[in-house]
Amino acid sequence: MAHEDQPEQHYNDAANVTNPEHASHHIVSPAQYAVVFATLLACTALTVFAADINLGVFNPIIALAIASFKGVIVILFFMHVKYQSKLIKVTVGAGFFMFLVLVTMTLSDYISRAWGLW
Amino acid sequence: MDSAIATTQAEHGIAEQQHEHVSVPQHRHHFATPEQQREAGSFGMWLFLLTEIMFFGGLFFAYLLFRNWYYDAFVTASNQLSVPLGAANTAILITSGFFMALAVWAAEVRKQTLLVLFLILTTLLGFAFLGIKADEYHEKYEKHHIPGASFDTSQFINPAAYGLSEKPLAPDAAQKTQLFFFLYFAMTGMHALHMVLGLGILFWLMIRAQRGDFSSGYVAPIENFGLYWHFVDIVWIFLFPLLYLINRHPLAH
Repeated sequence: MAHEDQPEQHYNDAANVTNPEHASHHIVSPAQYAVVFATLLACTALTVFAADINLGVFNPIIALAIASFKGVIVILFFMHVKYQSKLIKVTVGAGFFMFLVLVTMTLSDYISRAWGLW
Repeated sequence: MDSAIATTQAEHGIAEQQHEHVSVPQHRHHFATPEQQREAGSFGMWLFLLTEIMFFGGLFFAYLLFRNWYYDAFVTASNQLSVPLGAANTAILITSGFFMALAVWAAEVRKQTLLVLFLILTTLLGFAFLGIKADEYHEKYEKHHIPGASFDTSQFINPAAYGLSEKPLAPDAAQKTQLFFFLYFAMTGMHALHMVLGLGILFWLMIRAQRGDFSSGYVAPIENFGLYWHFVDIVWIFLFPLLYLINRHPLAH
């Protein structure tokens, strides 16, 4: 029972109409969305700015780190995963994990076949 | 209950004693509760999005591999893209996603007028994105940078003659720029196709929202479309740095 921390009145709250049976349906407020939106725009400016500086091998690493951060906050807040059940959280996590496994396996195959040429 | 899908009959009985049943019109009889129905819907949408991750993932992997194999050609070709246009499109798409998120909120708090307004803003920004994309494609068409029979490598073999500061490529290496542009068009083209389909669905959602379908507690179509639209956003969040940004400072060999 994950929702024991929810106030009891939610169960009978007729105003919680969007999902009358469920206490945990979390409505993300416009203010929260605005903070996420501002963060995304700031990160976009940051990544453009960072691309102008010569950081050698770190240019792609920083660009991907910023993109990953942006992706994660979109998933957590715009896509509500932070407020979803464990089933959904594990499903999303498993999908990205599986993708990374596939990339790693395929890349190690390519690298080991052309050994020394990379 | 962590997962309404895994709820047993016995648990269910207890849950029913704890709170009153409120019947909602969208509730289908094969779901025990509207919550179970809602979670099954989100779960199904996420499974679809995971197949989309694998689909775009293959293209991202191809880009990773070929950028390593034909590094110089990818650097030169990548630097032909316009960073200001790419950055503007990123901001436009993020703003569109923000309005989509607000549309979900408007449906949840049953504000019909705001819901329709936010869906319209989401759609307009989607079209703005595609407009800029079309302009970029047109520039590539004019420069013969679309892979195929009329592809022209002369800019990459003799960049100085075109006022470019890129390092000149040998003719065989210059041919590999086609591979960059092939992936550029494949990735941004598939992304744009997803947006075109999304915009079509948005019109349908707008009509239904205007009818009041989603402002009386039935949020699932808006919410699940929101998941799709944000997913398309995320694909672009990765496409922008990979295609436009990471080749500005090529490594010396």
